[in-house]
Amino acid sequence: MPRRDDIEKILLIGSGPIVIGQACEFDYSGTQGAKALTGLGYDVVLVNSNPATIMTDPELVRRTYVEPIEVATLTAIIERERPDALLPTLGGQTALNAAIALHESGVLSKHGVRLIGAQIDAIRKAEDRQLFKEAMDRAGLECPRSRHAGSVAEARDFAELTGYPVILRPSFTMGGSGGGIVRDAAELEAKVAWAIAQSPTRQVLVEESVVGWKEYELEVIRDKNDNFIVVCTIENIDPMGVHTGDSITVAPAMTLTDREYQRLRDAARAVMHEIGVETGGSNVQFAVDPKTGRMLVIEMNPRVSRSSALASKATGYPIAKIAAKLAVGLTLDELENDITGTSAAFEPTIDYVVVKWPRFAFEKFPGSDGRLGTQMKSVGEAMSIGRTFCEALQKAARSLETGKAGLTSLVGIVDYRALLEDPTAARDLVHDAPPMARPRASAPPPADELSAFLERVVTQPTADRLFHVADAIRQGISLERLHALTAIDPWFLEQLGRIVAHERAIHQAPELDARLLLESKRLGFSDVQIARLRGLTEGDVREARSARGVHAVYGRVDTCAAEFVARTPYLYSTWETESEAEVSDRKKVVILGGGPNRIGQGIEFDYCCCHAVFALRELGLETVMVNCNPETVSTDYDTSDRLYFEPLTLEDVLGICREEAQRGELLGVIVQFGGQTPLKLAVPLERAGIRLLGTTADAIDRAEDRERFDALLSKLKLERPRAGIAKGAPEAKRIAADIGYPVLVRPSYVLGGRAMMICWDEAELDAYVELAIEAAREEGGSQTLLIDQFLKNAIEVDVDCVADGRRAVIGGVMQHIEAAGIHSGDSTSVLPPFSLAPSVVAEIEHSTRALALELGVVGLMNVQFAVKDGKVYVLEVNPRASRTVPFVSKSTGRPLAKIAAKVMVGETLDALGVKDEPVPTHVAVKESVFPFAKFPGVDTILGPEMRSTGEVMGISVSLPLAFGKSMAASGYSLPDHGRAFISVQDDDKPAACDVARRLRNLGFSIVATGGTAQELENARIPVERINKVLDGSPHVVDAIEAGTIQVVVNTTQGAKAIRDSYSIRRTTLLANIPYFTTLSAARAAVDAMEVRFVAGRNISAVRSLQEWHQRSRRATSG
Amino acid sequence: MSATRRAHLALADGTLFEGEAFGAEGASTGEVVFTTGMTGYQEVLTDPSYTGQIVTMTAPQIGNTGINQEDDEAVGCRPQVAGFVVRDASPIASNWRSKETLNAYLARHGVVAIGGVDTRRLTRIIRDRGAQNGAIGTEPPDVLVDRARRAPSMEGLDLAARVTPQAPYDFTEGSGEWNVLPAPKGGDRPRVVAMDFGAKRNIFRCLVESGFNVTAVPATTSAKDILARSPDGIFLSSGPGDPAAVTYAIATIRELLGKKPIFGICLGHQLLSLALGGRTYKLKFGHRGLNQPVKDLTTGRVEITTQNHGFVVDIDSLAGRARSTHVHLNDGTSEGLEAPEARAFSVQYHPEAAAGPHDALYLFERFRQMIGS
Repeated sequence: MPRRDDIEKILLIGSGPIVIGQACEFDYSGTQGAKALTGLGYDVVLVNSNPATIMTDPELVRRTYVEPIEVATLTAIIERERPDALLPTLGGQTALNAAIALHESGVLSKHGVRLIGAQIDAIRKAEDRQLFKEAMDRAGLECPRSRHAGSVAEARDFAELTGYPVILRPSFTMGGSGGGIVRDAAELEAKVAWAIAQSPTRQVLVEESVVGWKEYELEVIRDKNDNFIVVCTIENIDPMGVHTGDSITVAPAMTLTDREYQRLRDAARAVMHEIGVETGGSNVQFAVDPKTGRMLVIEMNPRVSRSSALASKATGYPIAKIAAKLAVGLTLDELENDITGTSAAFEPTIDYVVVKWPRFAFEKFPGSDGRLGTQMKSVGEAMSIGRTFCEALQKAARSLETGKAGLTSLVGIVDYRALLEDPTAARDLVHDAPPMARPRASAPPPADELSAFLERVVTQPTADRLFHVADAIRQGISLERLHALTAIDPWFLEQLGRIVAHERAIHQAPELDARLLLESKRLGFSDVQIARLRGLTEGDVREARSARGVHAVYGRVDTCAAEFVARTPYLYSTWETESEAEVSDRKKVVILGGGPNRIGQGIEFDYCCCHAVFALRELGLETVMVNCNPETVSTDYDTSDRLYFEPLTLEDVLGICREEAQRGELLGVIVQFGGQTPLKLAVPLERAGIRLLGTTADAIDRAEDRERFDALLSKLKLERPRAGIAKGAPEAKRIAADIGYPVLVRPSYVLGGRAMMICWDEAELDAYVELAIEAAREEGGSQTLLIDQFLKNAIEVDVDCVADGRRAVIGGVMQHIEAAGIHSGDSTSVLPPFSLAPSVVAEIEHSTRALALELGVVGLMNVQFAVKDGKVYVLEVNPRASRTVPFVSKSTGRPLAKIAAKVMVGETLDALGVKDEPVPTHVAVKESVFPFAKFPGVDTILGPEMRSTGEVMGISVSLPLAFGKSMAASGYSLPDHGRAFISVQDDDKPAACDVARRLRNLGFSIVATGGTAQELENARIPVERINKVLDGSPHVVDAIEAGTIQVVVNTTQGAKAIRDSYSIRRTTLLANIPYFTTLSAARAAVDAMEVRFVAGRNISAVRSLQEWHQRSRRATSG
Repeated sequence: MSATRRAHLALADGTLFEGEAFGAEGASTGEVVFTTGMTGYQEVLTDPSYTGQIVTMTAPQIGNTGINQEDDEAVGCRPQVAGFVVRDASPIASNWRSKETLNAYLARHGVVAIGGVDTRRLTRIIRDRGAQNGAIGTEPPDVLVDRARRAPSMEGLDLAARVTPQAPYDFTEGSGEWNVLPAPKGGDRPRVVAMDFGAKRNIFRCLVESGFNVTAVPATTSAKDILARSPDGIFLSSGPGDPAAVTYAIATIRELLGKKPIFGICLGHQLLSLALGGRTYKLKFGHRGLNQPVKDLTTGRVEITTQNHGFVVDIDSLAGRARSTHVHLNDGTSEGLEAPEARAFSVQYHPEAAAGPHDALYLFERFRQMIGS
């Protein structure tokens, strides 16, 4: 059966910005899908608003639209491109929802666009809980008892019938947004109301609880001939009650007999059939009663998912690629398994164990609830592969980069009393900085007290629960008791027990002989763990291993448990008797990836790593990728020549270098593309004799060490804000007083502005210092504090450049819309600058070049500047790939990361023909996207600590148009009438008058509180006064809740004002209306509204990235 | 398994693997084969087709769910393998149906096993060099190598004789709550006589659930005696060893051809082929796993099947006498045939699964229809 020939052009929709529940995995699936379809000769048109993706690389398909994924824009693209078909199953929930919306608007039928991969009926049946339940009834399968509720009363009726707890699942949301467990009647009202508000259809399913049951997922594929395969089974270590994205999971399933497993398989097949998924990959989730084996179907996703990315990486079976081919009519038996050359119509079998461990970022969201439930809260994940569960589990633990070298003890690190008193306690750095008893190195409580603490702590699923369980085992609490407390399967607990028992063996052994070392390694112990248990250093253990010949070997991920020869070098380390690495004799480069996604380190760095691979392959070098993030494109087996799915620790990377250096020539390791993760390894790797490519570790140190940095700036005669380094609170106060408030405070060596804060007075500084010192310790950094003068109302500018040691070329200059003080990762960036004098831009470019040359940068460098009163200050220099590299590359059409990679292996910018280019003939805006909706209670105000998870890009011929697009892409539609609420701090009042006037001209009426209202009245702008929350009802929050406010402008300064206005921002977030916490952003939004006012409602001037770039080039050459 | 005992697996070519002994004490020899199923170790242990073989599970974590009373595949409810090799044996059993641990079960039944083995390397050796004999035990390595070398070759071995029942018996057990076959239409229960070469229980359970009355008879039963039971159909079971060595059964089947509808599975498929005048040969390392893709040439659909065979039918040798109905998607070998004149059909794989997917259960229904027509 050949591919469908009635289709030529296919529209592929991506998943948009990275948010909790939708991360890089859809770049992986979209990229695979686009490559597969292009490979079959189809013309692929791609839409994704996220510029940091590989799928939006202009070389991948003919037409790439970096445009908002919403009906009006998609309609314009469909009208322009006239695709024959739409493939919505590779872009997550976003793409599925977009497909439904397009169908409902009639656009698809009007233009004869056929859905492929999944039909509307199937999507509806899978997504609508009621329809799903009915379908399962027809298939003879059981679901938990449930009912749909559109109101709190309906939910209460059901809960009283079945008893508490009950589970809430809002319809049509992803990552379980708005869902949760209602434990008792007291919790019901607030949680149901929140859940209903989160659902686009204002419906929530209230469901019988099966908390504590075993949880399984099957990743399945079906083709149009009803051929069906299970690619992978996944078992959750955390039983039902924790969202699968937040659960530690294992593949394959560990605690089912074949009969029990086949029952799940039969059910999954019946689900696919009944839902009517014609072709493609899906995911079916089950709950199994551990006492009786009773099986319930929980849900299914008729599309590829985070789990299918995991399953693909876990087995080597590329689900998205196969799904894309099946969508155009091919069948499984016509496709080949790339890895073995045998048929793709089979079920992968694996001879190793895979563990996925989620990564959380609660510390970024003060006030958030650290307890895990049915709504996903993790921001990333690490996957590991080992020959045994223990090995894989410990590898996963150290892959997370949360300072744990394995399943290590938290006793003495965690303050159990504080944890128990308030499980929702999280640090609160943006405002309030309370004197909270935070985890710190405290003397552990006495043993009996500790056991009692642990018994209570383990009952509640949290990010660190498995560590607490291991500590409970160390305290002698029985596995039976722990099973009763946690409902974790006894088999898993037994394995944890093995690890704990072996710790004792390591500790007590007379000497570290080869057998003990090997046994330890086979249970997943890292050198660091062994060192700590023996009172040695990591280096000692490495030497001991080396002396005794105990080295890792590398196995192949081959889909078939060695039944056939694997052609792809997709490798994992283990401790067996034979290595299958088959190292080549080529010249090779090792590229270190970014590890698990977290706030501040995400897809942007994976993009850079992939580009390094592409560039070096072009030069004929062998590329060796190392990463442990299963969501990424970089861990696709056909991205690099060789892939090591390994933790990014010194030990693991040295092992790989040792293996790769056995033959051929290892030119060196690239650490500057994967963000902080590999960068932290730069110095240790260099000390271990590994050559780093590009900028030297010393240059990195010069940019990061404050004193050396100051010397560098003095030498180049560059200005920076006044600053000082403090070792403790008294010194901090003295320095701050010298510099003058406000000051920007942060611990040295942090990621993503972690624990950074603006202190407006000494009281705020005091409250902060303690917390910041602790954050630094958790990061493994020193306890010194950096105190900088805070430049109020300065303009912030980001520059990315590439240098070869002799010459530096500016990649892009970006001006932030928000004033300095908002973390650059959270601010809105505009390329090219929109309000800077040409002389200032020239000075910035000149300074950037000077810095690059002085530091001897070979590769990428990012510099952050602040401009105040025409004067340019250097804020920060990062001689490595920055978060903005993909945005700059997508905006300008120049692949910066590729150029940098080539330079790092010795090419020159001259030889590559890279020179400064004129500014593009378009404007690109990068807007950040935040996960606040996932964290009930968290403040949404922006500050120096980065909190965004992702970004979108808007591109057009002017700033207002591009800004409007970026707003739409980040999920807000700007209103064109209604009431605007304005409440601003004193400094902003003059500018607020201007914004108010312009909003009024657009037809808005203005609502304001006290001071702002007075100011507006003075400016003779009619305004309706409204109460502040403190003034009592009816106040502004009431109005927002009632839906009578359409846009909010709210700026504040200082801890108290921020605290007082918190409920405004939170309510605004829930109401999903546009809100601006900086006046500059508000101004840009009003600009966008004005343009739309003039041009009419339906302007959707869509253009592909390729066209924008070509246009710009033509303007340059012409 | 508290105090670990060092043990070795020795291959006839001299390759040694170190591990820890578990299960029964002593030493054991047999042909070393691997199976790639990630579930179903209990079914593997008790499948009579593994008679005389030391079985390696490629899946590393084995024994997790212990041993239960329902999942035994041998009619006599005891392990059939000559030895068992795993990467990591679970010391505990965790499952609501479990009755004992794997270790206790193997020890009770005298099966020698070894854990902690680099089973991946072992599998690669078997894959690259072909199946060979081996020995496991706590004896010195050179003794084990010697044992392995002296073990008889699988080729030419009539192992069915070892596992076939001594006397006929009726099989009445169904699948109970685990049944997934549709209820048979019509109230009559056709009688099927099954030549039992070491059948898996689940084949008979499936026949029962498909509406048959099942009587199993020894492999040596004559055609006359079989026909004397006035069967509505004849079933040829799975079993161990070289099909060509089971000459007496081939002769019996040849006599039965055309007299009654015949359905064969695995060894039964090979014996039917030989009876039809075809040829069988030994594969380098066999097909053993739960993920083997088979294409039904009639419908064009793919079935994911359970397989466990070292010998295979040369389908070309049957030209003119039988039609190929199923092929293996990976190597194109014969997976099923039909001889319309003889009213016989057979498959090389295991539609009864146990362990494995249920994709091919329809064949039992097809047998029922054949008898009805």
